Amino acid sequence: MAGTRGFQLERHLVFLLIFLAVLVPLFLPAPKTVRVTPEVKSVYDRIEGLQAGEIVMLPCEYDPSMAAEMSPMTMAVLRQCFRKDLRVLVTCLVSNGVSLVESELRQMAEEWGRKYGEDYVYLGYKPYPGIVIMAMGEDFRVPFPTDYYNTPLDEIPMMKGVKNYQNVALVLTINSTSGIDYWIIYGTGRYKFPLACASTAVMAPNYYNYLQSGQLFGLIGGLRGAAEYEQLVGHPGKAVKGMLVQSVSHILIVALILLGNVIFIVERRRRRS
Amino acid sequence: MQRELPRLITLVTGMFMAIQYFIPHKHSEQFYQTSLDWLIIVGIFSIVLGIASLVNLHVNKIQRRDAGTKYSYILLAGLLYMILSAILTGTDQQSFFMKGYIAVLNPITSTMFALLAFYIASAAFRAFRARSLIATILLVSAVVVMLGRVPAGEDLIPGIAKVSDWLLNVPNMAAKRAISIGLGLGGSATALKVVLGIEAPHLR
Amino acid sequence: MHRHRRGRGLPLVAALALLPLLLLQASAALAENAAEDPPAPRPPLDLKAVDTPNDRGESVDLEWRPSPDEADPAAGALLYLIERAQAQAGPFERIADAPAGTTAYTDNSVRDEETYYYRVSTTGTGGGTSAPSAVAGPVRSTGQWFDLRKLATLILTFLFCLTVMVLIRAARRGKTFYVRPIPGLSAVDEAIGRATEMGKPILFIPGISVASEVATLAAFTLLGRVAKKTAEYQTPVLVPCADPIVMTIAQEIVKSSYLDAGRPELYRQEDVYFVTQDQFSYTAAVNGVMLRERPATNFYIGKFYAESLVLAETGNVAGSIQIAGTDEITQIPFFVAACDYTLIGEELYASSAYLSQEPPLLGTLKAQDFGKAVGAILIVLGVIMAAFGQTWFVDFFRVQ
Repeated sequence: MAGTRGFQLERHLVFLLIFLAVLVPLFLPAPKTVRVTPEVKSVYDRIEGLQAGEIVMLPCEYDPSMAAEMSPMTMAVLRQCFRKDLRVLVTCLVSNGVSLVESELRQMAEEWGRKYGEDYVYLGYKPYPGIVIMAMGEDFRVPFPTDYYNTPLDEIPMMKGVKNYQNVALVLTINSTSGIDYWIIYGTGRYKFPLACASTAVMAPNYYNYLQSGQLFGLIGGLRGAAEYEQLVGHPGKAVKGMLVQSVSHILIVALILLGNVIFIVERRRRRS
Repeated sequence: MQRELPRLITLVTGMFMAIQYFIPHKHSEQFYQTSLDWLIIVGIFSIVLGIASLVNLHVNKIQRRDAGTKYSYILLAGLLYMILSAILTGTDQQSFFMKGYIAVLNPITSTMFALLAFYIASAAFRAFRARSLIATILLVSAVVVMLGRVPAGEDLIPGIAKVSDWLLNVPNMAAKRAISIGLGLGGSATALKVVLGIEAPHLR
Repeated sequence: MHRHRRGRGLPLVAALALLPLLLLQASAALAENAAEDPPAPRPPLDLKAVDTPNDRGESVDLEWRPSPDEADPAAGALLYLIERAQAQAGPFERIADAPAGTTAYTDNSVRDEETYYYRVSTTGTGGGTSAPSAVAGPVRSTGQWFDLRKLATLILTFLFCLTVMVLIRAARRGKTFYVRPIPGLSAVDEAIGRATEMGKPILFIPGISVASEVATLAAFTLLGRVAKKTAEYQTPVLVPCADPIVMTIAQEIVKSSYLDAGRPELYRQEDVYFVTQDQFSYTAAVNGVMLRERPATNFYIGKFYAESLVLAETGNVAGSIQIAGTDEITQIPFFVAACDYTLIGEELYASSAYLSQEPPLLGTLKAQDFGKAVGAILIVLGVIMAAFGQTWFVDFFRVQ
């Protein structure tokens, strides 16, 4: 580049570019389609194949700091479940996320006119997820004698005859923690129920192993996975919108990497000469 | 005796828990559950120690009038607010505790997480340099996966999504599995060293 | 008179004439009903009841072959009704339903050492219920004292422990083991020296997880060595902790290290302190320490999650030399990008052996290498066996 020691981008300039790359696309139209990957489609198809009245268990384990990635997944899955008249059993084994998950569940239930206790139940939070997951394998009432609103489970119509994982059709954990490992080891490993996970983009590559081995039947990874699911459900929302933001920022980072390398090569040649 | 007794306790409980893994009987499971209950109880009492340490540190800073004392005041005020509001108004949705949590903690933690976007860009700009063959492979892989995972990248370079998927599903998984095997063995060895007292950094 | 006799005969003739009509209508109605009510399906076949193997007890496994009418759209087996009794003759009570297509059920509501009998019936689309299957039983549930599915794990664990013992003994007898250079660990002394020259403190972050985490234990080991060196050089070391138990252990380690170095008076308890257990609140606090104190050297050793890059980049802004080590695979790339030296995976666990060169620790390190070699050989063997259709080898190692 022109100049005495080559052109050096200040950190602040990089931050400013990223800020613009994230902000500007929010005002632009969202992309029309997102390519759907087999691991996400597998989750969608499995839920789509369930009969009305079957129970889907959704352990939603994330706190507000991860809500940007995880909430779109939760909303899209709930939308599909309520559309298909499936019943939903939700927990949140992360203490900071209990209210957030509860508000999302309530919002979607109100949108679809679903009744608490008959169409969905929220169990809330208990500490030590590994222990809770094992205990739920025996009976949900062991770690959760009451639901989040302190109603005994035996008094809730939806929970009649619902004892443990054997009485739910599948478990989809929407999880930004390493608690997914507990679900794999202590959950499906012990009690052999169909398990899928929805995780952050950073953690998703960890779980391809389990997808290959069949311990997970599906995997929704990051905002991209959420966007694919929104598209499948037919209700593009924040995640699909976020794809444009992600596209622009990824391209910017690639451009910065290439620029950095150009600078590096120019400076190296200059030093050699 | 001061050193031997903790090592003995570590040995006995470590061996018990290792053997318990192989015994599915309900008595074994009850022993495991009891151990975990004790773990929870010890953990809860240790929070008292932690809070005492935190308060002590910041009170000392205030007394010494160190730089940054205003942050100590803010920390102590916040701690007092959350404790008192939980005791006096409870922790349900309408309580002052939850209001403080929703209005203050939620946005702050989301903001901290959002900083990652900026830091990733500056780290990528600084670190991904083609200094060697391995560094170049890392650089190219990063570029391919970043472009392959977004719709715009797939439009710009057809087929890049397939290459990105292959990178994630094959070399990435192979490397992760290899590292996991090493970690499993290393973790087992470290646990064995602690249980047998060969290395006990926590018992000095 | 004749007319009177003719009147009495007419109803009989009418009845006789109507009778065939009535019979015809009745049979038509019966035929129609028969078409509306399909026959009840047949029960399932070969019902077996056994104690669930390799379990804690209080569980019985049932298995059956599907009803022959399961695929028949007319009879249409919809549900299997599972009944249980404590005597062969009953009384049976219904305990569960299983939808068509299932051939197994696990009854988790039994008590150990009590005898049970089972039978299964089928209901069909017409609502009719079959006769029950042959009774299966008697069966008693018991808990097992060894999980046979974990036999491979036990054998490999035992062999690994034996290898560790043998190699520790060999090391104690003077056998030398080669350990390849690990740049991150070689740089520890240099990093501490840099802090001493600059007159700046060292920041040691033992991860954000609990003390029982193996990575945190490895962090304690390295903290002990770093603290001893800093005591000798009279350089302050700051250790903000995200767990109270980690804090208490770290305080003991640093105090003991200062004592070992002959500098107990330099130890300050408030340099090893608890911050908060909340992930990003801890990150914000540590970032503040970095930007205010401007430590010369940062150590990130332990379990880290999403905050790793935020911490490492802030350390870069502060101009610190940074050495990181974590077993959290997803965070290793961030540390590689942002830190000067990174201990990848088990290099973290090797740190104590590498720095101390003590025989027991070196022996354990070598045992890990043996373990990996055995693992690689088993993988290659498994692939070859599976390629020739010999899946028993792979199945032996399957963890269930």
